[in-house]
Amino acid sequence: MSPTSAPSNEPGPGTAAQGATTAPAPPGRTGRGPRGSRRPLARFLARRVAVALLLAVAITLVTFVLTNLVPGDPVSANLGQQALGDPAIVAQWRADHGLDRPLPEQYLLHLEGLLHGDLGMSQQSHRPVRDDLAEFVPATLELAGTAILISLVLGVAFGVIAALRRDRLSDHVLRIASLIGISVPTFWLALVAFYVFFFRLQITPGSGRIDPGMSPPPQVTGLYTVDSALSGQWDVFASAVGHLLAPALVLALYTIGLLTRFTRSAVLEVLGQDYVRAARAKGLPGRVVLFRYVLRPALVPIITVAGLAFGSLLSGTVLVEAVFAWPGVGQYAYKSATTLDLPAVMGVGLVVGLVYLVINLVVDVLYGVVDPRVRVS
Amino acid sequence: MTLTISGLTVSIGGAEILRGVDLEVGAGRVHGLAGESGSGKTVTGLAVLGLLPHGSRTAGRIELEGRDLLAMPAKRLNAVRGAEIAMVFQDPATSLHPMVTVGVQLTEHMRHHLGVGRKEARDRAVGLLAKVRIPSPGTAVDRYPHQFSGGMRQRIAIAVALACEPKVLIADEPTTALDVTVQAGILRLLRGLCDDLGLAVLLVTHDLGVMSAVADEVSVMKDGLVVETGPRGQVLTEPRHAYTRVLLESLPGDGPKLPQEER
Ligand SMILES: Nc1ncnc2c1ncn2[C@@H]1O[C@H](COP(=O)(O)OP(=O)(O)OP(=O)(O)O)[C@@H](O)[C@H]1O
Ligand SMILES: [Mg+2]
Repeated sequence: MSPTSAPSNEPGPGTAAQGATTAPAPPGRTGRGPRGSRRPLARFLARRVAVALLLAVAITLVTFVLTNLVPGDPVSANLGQQALGDPAIVAQWRADHGLDRPLPEQYLLHLEGLLHGDLGMSQQSHRPVRDDLAEFVPATLELAGTAILISLVLGVAFGVIAALRRDRLSDHVLRIASLIGISVPTFWLALVAFYVFFFRLQITPGSGRIDPGMSPPPQVTGLYTVDSALSGQWDVFASAVGHLLAPALVLALYTIGLLTRFTRSAVLEVLGQDYVRAARAKGLPGRVVLFRYVLRPALVPIITVAGLAFGSLLSGTVLVEAVFAWPGVGQYAYKSATTLDLPAVMGVGLVVGLVYLVINLVVDVLYGVVDPRVRVS
Repeated sequence: MTLTISGLTVSIGGAEILRGVDLEVGAGRVHGLAGESGSGKTVTGLAVLGLLPHGSRTAGRIELEGRDLLAMPAKRLNAVRGAEIAMVFQDPATSLHPMVTVGVQLTEHMRHHLGVGRKEARDRAVGLLAKVRIPSPGTAVDRYPHQFSGGMRQRIAIAVALACEPKVLIADEPTTALDVTVQAGILRLLRGLCDDLGLAVLLVTHDLGVMSAVADEVSVMKDGLVVETGPRGQVLTEPRHAYTRVLLESLPGDGPKLPQEER
């Protein structure tokens, strides 16, 4: 034994360790207890949220500028033929809607309004945009959220199964199915699904969020499934779930296919890693190897793809909402854009921007949670 | 405890990789296994732990205390893995989980195999890190592998392997990925553990210099067969097999340069 001679060899690796690892932090930091490794997560989260807030302000600016760049005159889009002939009425209308002020001032007014939750009046519905959004946004969130949930669960599960049963029948079936899921255009699938399942087979309920005879549950979250469950109206709940499933599945199909393929290749890649073999050599139970050593590292690329895929899923809602007559933001956005209803367009832009922001924030945070190297570095 | 491999044949996907390997590693001994790339050293090690890729066929016997590991049901073999036979892999940069703390990797199999509680496992982990001479082991347990150098990581991997106090350690080229000064430290550590704990060590290496520094017995493999085996002095100074001579001649002129005062 050589407890005395060994240290003579140590300076090399010892200093390398310090240099390679704690480079950004002073050496004293390494001497932290168990809590030391928790703190970086909090700091990491705080930084991400701060960035997200800045981006939110940027989004208000972008939606404002873009909306004002749109060619077309909201005045002629909103006033009747006769009113347009009267300059006094036109000037009054412009003044009412703040259109006679310089743009920077209009933006500041817009921001100030936003802080009070005031998004302006919709020129189309003659209601506050906030009320319109409060009605339509939850419908879309319920639809898209369900689709995201379905695609995460099914996509990841299918991908893992395909990877673990590589080159067997179930793998081939899942790979072909996922390819179909990716290739089929969502709007076409929506039409076919609606026709086949509703008109022909009549196994799914028709359009809308609940059966025509029912009245919506008292609004708490605006999500009919949640609200009906909260108020114990189980018939409404069943109807809401029934109406939700078909459009959500249609919307999810592309993402399911995409996630299946990416999960499969991510899991296969991790399965070939030395640390998985090392975990088996330790005699760990199969489920520990699967979840801790295979799935967790595989989640990193999966999260990336999922974040991107949800972006495209959101744009798919416009078409799916149209086919299934789902009273969501997609339809509202379409109507307000074609009538140059600027406050409504801005409101929708803001909401969509914020949703993307939240998705990105969640993705970033998940990176940090799954892979500690992201926050330790 | 002695690990005895006799007549081990392995074929992977139809290709015959091992063609009747015989090896014996005794308690407190370091058995060096040399041989050119592709001769089947790693496959031999993996066969002992039952970690060969899907579609592999094995025959022969791998005996540990009278139990034939090849005939063992999967579940019982999994109880032997890590607990009685442990393995250290070539590249410490990839053989530790990058997203899990050193402490968890040191304790998870300990808790599973030995049923040790969380707190006691942690204390043992700190002790293990001290034993493999990781500086400030009390805080090292809460750090991640990327926060250590290659040599330190291999020490951690060795500590992980030793956590359940196995009787047999298979070290597959544990120093190949490390630079020379670090190599010597790792080898000394292995030798010391072998002497102190009565561990049976199967040390796979390309490097006859490494061999002459730490091994008691030496075996040389070629094309899936052990072509020469015997005490270190005999194999390295008066090789009987032509292939061993070729290996010896391919050593750099100044010969094995690892410190030998250890032994
Ligand atoms: N997973 C595998 N599938 C197919 N063949 C394999 C697999 N693993 C190893 N082999 C084959 O088995 C033979 C022996 O490989 P092995 O890795 O045991 O060699 P080795 O002696 O460890 O070489 P090295 O010194 O390069 O590590 C090689 O011909 C290799 O191609
Ligand atoms: Mg090898």
